[in-house]
Amino acid sequence: MHEKVLIKEPATEKTFRDTEDYYFPAYPQEPPHYPLSKTDEEEGGNFFRSEDMLVNMGPQHPATHGVLRVVLDLEGEKIVKATPYLGYLHRGVEKLAENMTYQQFITLTDRMDYVASMLNNFAWVRAVEKLMQIKVPERAEYLRTIIAEMQRIIGHLFWLGVQALDIGAMTVFFFTFREREILIDLFESLCGARLTYSYFRIGGVDSDLPPGFTGKLHKFLEEFPAKIEEYDTLLVQNRIWLARTKGIAYISGEDAINFSLTGPTLRGSGVYYDVRKAEPYAAYDKVKWRVPLGKSGDTYDRYWCRMQELHQSSAIIKQCLEKMPLGPIMAEIPGMTMPPKEKVVTEMESLIHHFKIASSGMKVPKGEVYCGTEAHKGELGFYIVSDGSGKPYRVKVRSPSYIHIGALDHMSRNYLIADLVTIFGTYDIVMGECDR
Amino acid sequence: MEIGLKILVPLIEISVVLGIVLFHVAYITYFERKILSHMQDRLGPMEVGPHGLLQPIADGLKLFFKEDIIPAGADKIIFSIAPIIVLVPALIGFAVIPFAKESITIFGLTFKPFITDINIGILYIFAFASIGAYGVILGGWASNSKYALLGGLRAGAQMVSYELALGLSIIGVLLLSQSLSMVQIVEAQNRIWFVLLQPVAFVIYVICAVAETNRLPFDMPEAESELVAGFFTEYSGMRFSFFFLAEYANMILVSCIAAILFLGGWHAPFKFLEFIPPTIWFILKVYFILFFFIWIRGTLPRVRYDQLMKFGWKVMIPLSLANIIVTSIVLYIVRG
Repeated sequence: MHEKVLIKEPATEKTFRDTEDYYFPAYPQEPPHYPLSKTDEEEGGNFFRSEDMLVNMGPQHPATHGVLRVVLDLEGEKIVKATPYLGYLHRGVEKLAENMTYQQFITLTDRMDYVASMLNNFAWVRAVEKLMQIKVPERAEYLRTIIAEMQRIIGHLFWLGVQALDIGAMTVFFFTFREREILIDLFESLCGARLTYSYFRIGGVDSDLPPGFTGKLHKFLEEFPAKIEEYDTLLVQNRIWLARTKGIAYISGEDAINFSLTGPTLRGSGVYYDVRKAEPYAAYDKVKWRVPLGKSGDTYDRYWCRMQELHQSSAIIKQCLEKMPLGPIMAEIPGMTMPPKEKVVTEMESLIHHFKIASSGMKVPKGEVYCGTEAHKGELGFYIVSDGSGKPYRVKVRSPSYIHIGALDHMSRNYLIADLVTIFGTYDIVMGECDR
Repeated sequence: MEIGLKILVPLIEISVVLGIVLFHVAYITYFERKILSHMQDRLGPMEVGPHGLLQPIADGLKLFFKEDIIPAGADKIIFSIAPIIVLVPALIGFAVIPFAKESITIFGLTFKPFITDINIGILYIFAFASIGAYGVILGGWASNSKYALLGGLRAGAQMVSYELALGLSIIGVLLLSQSLSMVQIVEAQNRIWFVLLQPVAFVIYVICAVAETNRLPFDMPEAESELVAGFFTEYSGMRFSFFFLAEYANMILVSCIAAILFLGGWHAPFKFLEFIPPTIWFILKVYFILFFFIWIRGTLPRVRYDQLMKFGWKVMIPLSLANIIVTSIVLYIVRG
């Protein structure tokens, strides 16, 4: 059947819709042909002919997490085919990187996945450090781990609220935002921003923990398990929630690997892969924690994995707070890292040094590097090609949202239109990161 | 003079009932927002008036002055009348709702506590409520939008299937009271409320009533995460607010019916509480059920369309049929 689907000739008058028809033949098999000119009598009284309905979901749809557009072939309410169209939030981040120094690009990574900016910063900074082979001081590594795990909690809380809201449980959204607010307040006291932090620096972090931070964080971690219980009372024991998530959007471990899924979306299918364990970085190998794995690969198991990761993240933060040594928070390598601010405002040489790095960039060796970091959605990787100048020659982002959306069609076929929102909800998709 | 009075008294009654109902419809939106807000750890409307008390009026004014958009591809006539077909049946049911026990006499005119007491009161309400489904389907169909069409179809299927279970669930009560008149049903409960004699029927009624009024967890027709706004996606301004009013008027109507059929209407729960006026009791009961509706909206996620239909046909209808059979047998044995 596949051979018969020919790609149409390019239309002469190219409207937007024409170009789409040209690139995307909608059916995997030949669509059934119904002679419309015939009357019902001529067809032998066949009144019950059916046609698939084409529904354009998004980009202006309240539940598409931004500007995702999915074209759905529907048979009644059943999804026959779901074709995602991306690029409505494309801002050319990768191209913009080519005209920025490595330090400047940190602020743009904030704007990719605006739900979890810290993890984007982290991924970028790690990639650059790998390229420049900088060793980060130990305290900075612990600080980074704590901040990254706090951000992971924020990301998962945000996901939980939105997923529940998509399924119709409004209250969970407000409850998760209540806890998210506490952590965001802590971030605000740490770096002054509430959403786009730019806290990480190449070679370390921007500042040490402010006074009172540790106490508040401890208090939060003590109360947090009770809060997770509270979400569970609304969801886990709720038959409607179970009916809406169990068995929905099933993907086998093998398929998940083939679709290159990562993060909780992969681990929900029972595949043991976590960059933090597979290739330990920061302080992840110095603390005890476990990787929660799902069994059945449905929406519920992915939900369960994320809920367990909340517990694991709090465990990591607690241990890091205990073990964190004193010491510098920035590596000091002349020509490669920014001098400390105190020295810049007091010493002439440091001022010149700072000016040189800020204006023409750091001394970066020639070469290529790929570095993946476990963001809360999955593996967020940066591929950098450096030509030895202060600005990257080429940057490619491996964003989990973008990769995950590739499995949308596979995972949504034969489910109902109501399940579609839970399916792209289960990837934890953020369009800013997906389109970049 | 006689004829004049005969027309004047019902007209005054109708306008008073309509005014009271519409006032409560406006303020139930306020209560819903406030109750949900407090459940969700936030404040809700606070800006307009003290504690946002004037918010419903501001909302109403806003909707009134909004541009009335009819989409280019829509069927203009049906698109225009569909909201009216939804709203009128929702309001018309209040004609047979008895709000209190005693008639009031003002300036020599006797006002009954209901507009009319016809002997098929409950049937009359259900008959008109079914017409509301037409408005929803027509509105969805006439919008010429796929979301609205899907929403309209869902609404049609849902309302029809849950109306069956709703209708069957009250038959037990009718068997007990041996009347279809709302006033007589209430009077039959002066010793014991029917909720105690018909607990299963009450549960079925409340579940079906939630589905019938298209509210969470059964708000398929307007599920905002799937169908944008369902059948009223294309509506704006006053026409949108008609649908909105109809939904809340329906909510109050089904709560009134629940209070009358199961919770003893205007009767006080205990003898020593009878000093409180019957109307207050009635309003309290109605608001108790309304609060329950809002409460489950704050708690439950949305079921899926096929699960909803399965639940309706495979659980609700057999249960209500079983309830009728059991009630009939027990009544036959007891009454002989």
